Amino acid sequence: MTIMKVSNLRKDFGAFTALDGVDIEVKQGEVYGFIGPNGAGKSTTIRILLGLLQATSGEVKIFGKNAWTDAVAIHKRLAYVPGDVNLWPNLTGGEVIDIFLRMRGKTIDREKRDALIKKFDFDPTKKCRTYSKGNRQKVALIAAFAADADLYILDEPTSGLDPLMERVFQSCVEEAKQAGASIFLSSHILSEVEQLCDRVGIIRQGKIIETGTLAELRYLTSTQLMVETKQLLTNLATYPGIHDIDQEGNVSRFKVDSDQLDAVMQHVSSFGITKLESMPPTLEDLFIRHYEKTGDDGGER
Amino acid sequence: MVNRTSYQTVFLFRFFLKRERVKLLIWILSFLIMTLSVAIAFTGLYQNEQERAAMAETMQNPAMAALVGQGYGLDNYTDGAMLAHQMLLMTAVVVAIMNIILVVNLTRGDEEEGMLEMIRALPIGRLAPTHAVVLVIGCTNIALAGVIAAGLSLLNIASIDVLGSLLYGSVLGATGLFFASVTLLFAQLANNTRASLMLSFIVLGIAYFVRAIGDAGNNTISWFSPLGLVLGAEVFVNNYWWPILFTLFLSGCLYAVALYLNFTRDMGVGFLPSRIGKQHASRWLQSPLGLALRLQRLPLICWVIGMFVIGASYGSVLGDLDTFFQQNEVLKQMLASDQDEAITEQFLSMLMVIMAIIATVPVVMTLMKVKSEEKKQRIEHLLARAVSRTKLLGSYVVIAFGTSVVMLLVAVSGLASTGLAVLAIDTTFATLVQAMLVYLPALWVMIGLSVLLVGVAPKVTALSWFYILFTFVVVYLGQLLDFPTWMASLSPFAHIPELPMEMLRYKPLIVLTMLAVGLTFIGFLTMNKRDVNR
Repeated sequence: MTIMKVSNLRKDFGAFTALDGVDIEVKQGEVYGFIGPNGAGKSTTIRILLGLLQATSGEVKIFGKNAWTDAVAIHKRLAYVPGDVNLWPNLTGGEVIDIFLRMRGKTIDREKRDALIKKFDFDPTKKCRTYSKGNRQKVALIAAFAADADLYILDEPTSGLDPLMERVFQSCVEEAKQAGASIFLSSHILSEVEQLCDRVGIIRQGKIIETGTLAELRYLTSTQLMVETKQLLTNLATYPGIHDIDQEGNVSRFKVDSDQLDAVMQHVSSFGITKLESMPPTLEDLFIRHYEKTGDDGGER
Repeated sequence: MVNRTSYQTVFLFRFFLKRERVKLLIWILSFLIMTLSVAIAFTGLYQNEQERAAMAETMQNPAMAALVGQGYGLDNYTDGAMLAHQMLLMTAVVVAIMNIILVVNLTRGDEEEGMLEMIRALPIGRLAPTHAVVLVIGCTNIALAGVIAAGLSLLNIASIDVLGSLLYGSVLGATGLFFASVTLLFAQLANNTRASLMLSFIVLGIAYFVRAIGDAGNNTISWFSPLGLVLGAEVFVNNYWWPILFTLFLSGCLYAVALYLNFTRDMGVGFLPSRIGKQHASRWLQSPLGLALRLQRLPLICWVIGMFVIGASYGSVLGDLDTFFQQNEVLKQMLASDQDEAITEQFLSMLMVIMAIIATVPVVMTLMKVKSEEKKQRIEHLLARAVSRTKLLGSYVVIAFGTSVVMLLVAVSGLASTGLAVLAIDTTFATLVQAMLVYLPALWVMIGLSVLLVGVAPKVTALSWFYILFTFVVVYLGQLLDFPTWMASLSPFAHIPELPMEMLRYKPLIVLTMLAVGLTFIGFLTMNKRDVNR
């Protein structure tokens, strides 16, 4: 079942086109990773999903409802964590969490709230002005995961958390997923996306340039290989799809595109393999490959 | 050398000065212009000794003394004595406010924003930032004293001599330094910016009221207030210098204590214990309306007290109205009437419109809060949950509406508390309340306009302030400066029947209310259609 469907979304700010034909589909129980460099349009997309900005054209449906006109109805089933959490300096963290929970129009699940406060090791009695970035993020995370939502929209939710808290966050995401919720996770931390996400969309300069499961995306990139051969390996460079060759005697290191792997391995094995190590492509390789292609990182927001 | 705690003070001093130069220049110039223009106005208004003596007579009641300070040299009320009596205290209070704001921003403000951390990570002495701030503040107050002294003595007014002018400036400078030291001390004691600001203002408030009590009755009490102390210099009358020296000595002591505390204090904390906050939000706080009200609780309470004080101080002059008017040429010109029987009613009407315009400020402020919440990306917390834009904006409009009623009621209660008993004409409390509340539709038009701006043009919501300023100028000074009537009619306040002088007419009230509703409606409509924070 499709929870969220964005089709051909376009957003102009004056003459500047921030989003240009964005398509996203998130299914029930799925964790969707939304990655891209600064200024690619991630936050703009999220703000349109939340009905804070109005799309110039295209369609945004969440739970089958229009994100702009039915915002309030949608938000009753949705939880959101912004990247920059700005809180009211003279209210305490506990007060803000309660306010956030109640503003969803439901009663507060005290038990779940208190369990999460404990899990995130958070002191709710301090005024928000004294909280660090990580602690402010905890306020938003606790309020989101105590909410029991059907869709979580998380905008770089872990950028201020320590590794320990990041693991707590990941377990919260897993739990929400187990409960059947969908998660839309925008992130810079590729290892996190790799670990959590079922499907990934990569946005760049307002366009989705790649989308699919991790396995599908990995196919698009190259594998890092280290081979030790009996005889000196030759003619490697003549094969298409091989880069970054580094040979030291019988030991060769290189990257090979996934679709060329078969041909290259047949060539290599004729030299007599004594040792072979292969590293699967990381999301980071994929990411960097895309940006190296054209170089620049796109404009501001 | 490098390990000195004051290492690089001069560098930081220049950096702070550069950062604050525009602000400082505007402050000092405003003080200069205000002081000089009043001094010039006095010489023009009271041209002979009889007029001045009569003015001294009206200033001699306890209410006036409580308000502007004890008068010195009332038996020979020269222009100089008049200036020092009527202007010095008020100016000194504003100088103190300037110093409190400057010191808090440069010390605790920078500390909370994390800028001090960056500076302290550089090879810079531990006390250098504090020393640099004190140098900036010291230079500012000395410059202020010098500029005022020079300006006043250059006016060439007989009773405003060079020595007196120098003392006049020094009173302001010393008051500034004293409150700067007080603030510096609280910046160490309190553990956040807001608390140090509040505590410093409380000290200023206490200083003002202790002096007010003393000046109204037992004069000895006044000496215990720093403001009463500096006024004891009796500028342009006896020119005593010792209160200035004593104030400077006290400031020095406070500064030393503050410096010691600053040296022993960890960054980001204070010496006063911080209370443990609430674990849970109260039921009331959990609604958009409750939240919006809570966020503005403190300023609104301050305004309620302020409106009452304004009303009460206007009320206190009602008793001496006759003498007051005969002497005050400016007021006479404003009221444009010579009939003695009508003049009290007319004065009352003028007070009503002035208080109504002042009450517009907190009303518009509550709506400006929507804009600042949006800018700080905090309304998104609500809009991303099940709160509609209509509900969000609506809660602020409800508060603005409530504020308009409360502020007017408080102001008129203040007026009645001191004025009703001494008023020459036969008036009841109900008449005064009616005369005040009749301005509500005008305030609602201001609400409507602000809502419209929030919806249509959130970037220029400040236009509301300009409109209030415009209204104040055309209504308050309109007759004095002889503005054409069409200009005044651009303000909603000009269309309100001026009770008790005029008869109550319902038509303009209904029209204004409808206009207010219309503007508010369009504001809501556009708010629901626009992008948030863009």
